[in-house]
Amino acid sequence: MKKNIIILSTVIGLTMLSMLSCRPKNTSNATSADAAQKAYVAPGKYDEVYNFVSGGFSGQMSCYGIPSGRLLRVIPVFSVDPEKGWGYSEETKPMLNTSHGFIPWDDLHHVQLSKTNGEVDGRWVFGNANNTPRVARIDLKTFRTQEIIELPNSGGNHSSPFITENTEYVVAGTRFSVPMDDANGDVPINTYKENFKGTLSFISVGKEDGKMDIAFQIECPGVNFDLSRAGKGVSHGWFFFSCYNTEQANSLLEVNASQKDKDFIMAVNWKKAEEYLKAGKAKKQTVRYAHNTYSEKTHSATSEIKTEVLVLNSKELKDMCYFIPCPKSPHGCDVSPTGEFIVASGKLAAVIPVFSFDKIQKAIAAKSFDGEFDGIPVIKYESALQGEVKKPGLGPLHTEFDDNGNAYTSMFVSSELVKWSLKDLTVLDRQPTFYSIGHLCVVGGDTKKPTGKYLIAYNKITKDRYLPTGPELSQSAQLFDISGDKMKLILDFPTIGEPHYAQACLASLIKDKSIKMFKIEDNNHPYVSKGEKETKVVRNGKIVHVYMTAIRSHLAPDNIEGIKMGDEVYFHVTNLEQDWDVPHGFAIKGAANAELLIMPGETQTLKWTPDKVGISPMYCTDFCSALHQEMQGYVRVSPASSNVPISFSLGGK
Amino acid sequence: MKKVLAVLSISFIVYACGGSDNSNSTNSEATATTTETTAKSSYDPNRGEGKFSSENVVLGASVDPTMVASGEKIQSVKCNACHKLTDEKLVGPGWKGVTERRKPEWIMNFITNPDPMIDKDPQVQASLELCLVRMPNQGLNDDDARNLLEFMRKNDGVK
Repeated sequence: MKKNIIILSTVIGLTMLSMLSCRPKNTSNATSADAAQKAYVAPGKYDEVYNFVSGGFSGQMSCYGIPSGRLLRVIPVFSVDPEKGWGYSEETKPMLNTSHGFIPWDDLHHVQLSKTNGEVDGRWVFGNANNTPRVARIDLKTFRTQEIIELPNSGGNHSSPFITENTEYVVAGTRFSVPMDDANGDVPINTYKENFKGTLSFISVGKEDGKMDIAFQIECPGVNFDLSRAGKGVSHGWFFFSCYNTEQANSLLEVNASQKDKDFIMAVNWKKAEEYLKAGKAKKQTVRYAHNTYSEKTHSATSEIKTEVLVLNSKELKDMCYFIPCPKSPHGCDVSPTGEFIVASGKLAAVIPVFSFDKIQKAIAAKSFDGEFDGIPVIKYESALQGEVKKPGLGPLHTEFDDNGNAYTSMFVSSELVKWSLKDLTVLDRQPTFYSIGHLCVVGGDTKKPTGKYLIAYNKITKDRYLPTGPELSQSAQLFDISGDKMKLILDFPTIGEPHYAQACLASLIKDKSIKMFKIEDNNHPYVSKGEKETKVVRNGKIVHVYMTAIRSHLAPDNIEGIKMGDEVYFHVTNLEQDWDVPHGFAIKGAANAELLIMPGETQTLKWTPDKVGISPMYCTDFCSALHQEMQGYVRVSPASSNVPISFSLGGK
Repeated sequence: MKKVLAVLSISFIVYACGGSDNSNSTNSEATATTTETTAKSSYDPNRGEGKFSSENVVLGASVDPTMVASGEKIQSVKCNACHKLTDEKLVGPGWKGVTERRKPEWIMNFITNPDPMIDKDPQVQASLELCLVRMPNQGLNDDDARNLLEFMRKNDGVK
């Protein structure tokens, strides 16, 4: 509310200021007079759209309401989050396990909402980990990360987690080509051309439960895979990946990967890959990767290390992969709503090439090839090309679509949004962004049926857009109204981490499915206390299990004695509340991790290793009631040699 | 400048019109749940507010042991952290005598629909001044509520 008033008055204030000072090219005069009204959502009213925004180097995903730009939630994914106990509670630690062990951070770049028939179905949202390659699935009933799968044979999982039109597969294309995991990787770096390979992982997604499994990987020549999109409609069954560094440089890529006039879009016939898989053409490879799942029944995660993956070879298995030349280090690789056109953006190019799926098929049938690259046919540029968008601006990156046959491309170098017509590839409108836009997102903008209406620009540079906060600034998103002929800037809003990419869908697809609490009857946690009668403290050698409950406004038990130095104490706290928005928190002095935040009906566990003899206070950290400040207790810690027996009580009983 | 001020003042008027304004409601497709504002006068302090009434709550002359057992189980998971079975107050009032003080339908309404009743029932409000904790909605279904009532009757000495 406060934020809205501030935004409202800031926009109005800036508008007046700019009018008064009559500065011709002031950044704020790009805002129209009715901007505040369009972005205003009254107190107590809901936003029209959910916007899932990647947190980039924060490793998390955030959720904003559009058009207000209000931050609704930060969903912890690949990075620990002490506020929510994510990665600190015993239940969530396994979610961050990898073949390298526990990893507390990653870099989440892209998000994808699950789809059915090429439209958002509101079930899950996927995110990728760039650094230690992984893909996560977040359940939109709970807004929690439910599954994380690691990717073998990969380095820098950037080209991910793009999905097919019925969420058959989530893909992961490796940005860094690296030696395969089962090869001897101890090789000179300058043997890139012989020893380094790219892989494309196809992760299958369970139709009902969303469970992920690496169905197969395709081994490709060593290049950098950048972005990808699945075909849809007419092009369903194909996947398109942008590749750069076809120079196969291993140093100073800034110069050495920009030598060639054209790099490639790789078109992959994944239906063909499925056939090869079925025919047993895949090689079984020994690898190691973690597969972590969180159960809402046991309120706990398990991590399993898997050791096998099936690999198809793009060179040996014909008719599966094709290269299409694309000017100057292609980045975005976006498929139009009907699936007919593939819009590729050479980030150093002066045109936006638009390829036709139909022409690609005809070129393949007619073998209209321009030789091979590392054993893979290269389709002639002209044979695949529908046309080029001329003079769109500088540094085209990404394209999304509206419901009226228009495309919107972000221009990094010239810092603008360009709207153009898919029909005749002419530019219709351009608007500046502040500053240096990366990805953009139209509501439903990568689906078969875009919603349109709003476009959000995710900018790389913030500079003077907000009050200064020292050298480090929040990164910034900008909301545009695209319902008219001209794109209109209506709101700036700061974001968490780096808002790298985002997707948006109508709130109606998600909001009514959101659950309010977990039923205590269905809690199958091994250390649950279903009621205060089940609370107890149990010693097992040097391990002590505290079965504790929390309800407004006391912990049970709240006096515990008989803990000794050298013990490992596990507080298993069950929240007995059964109402919406009544989490309890739990913290104890000196705990070397974080708090617990326990949702109604849930059990979470905090490990505590006392390091001092004496009395340690514990309390509820989430303000829960008028007597929240009374929700506290004590633990007595005695020397290792002490004879104090285990005892526990509440209210002296 | 004049024009700008005119535009601005129009937009302020639009804001002042609040929810009834069209351009406003297009921005927000749904309204958050707000507390019912039914006048207090329509509230029946004997029945409470909810789906239960003297017509749909029927008591037997004696208690049903199966229902009592099931009610006791629910009590131990969802109620006993705050309510004693004696007349002693813990977080909330003790249960002893509750079935004599309250109508059966009032009890069942209160335990399944506490929030509106805490806002409206004069006796509950008086009780809130003493306890300072709003009784939580513990997600009881109709059968749970009926079984708990049976357990309360047993606790109050009904054979």
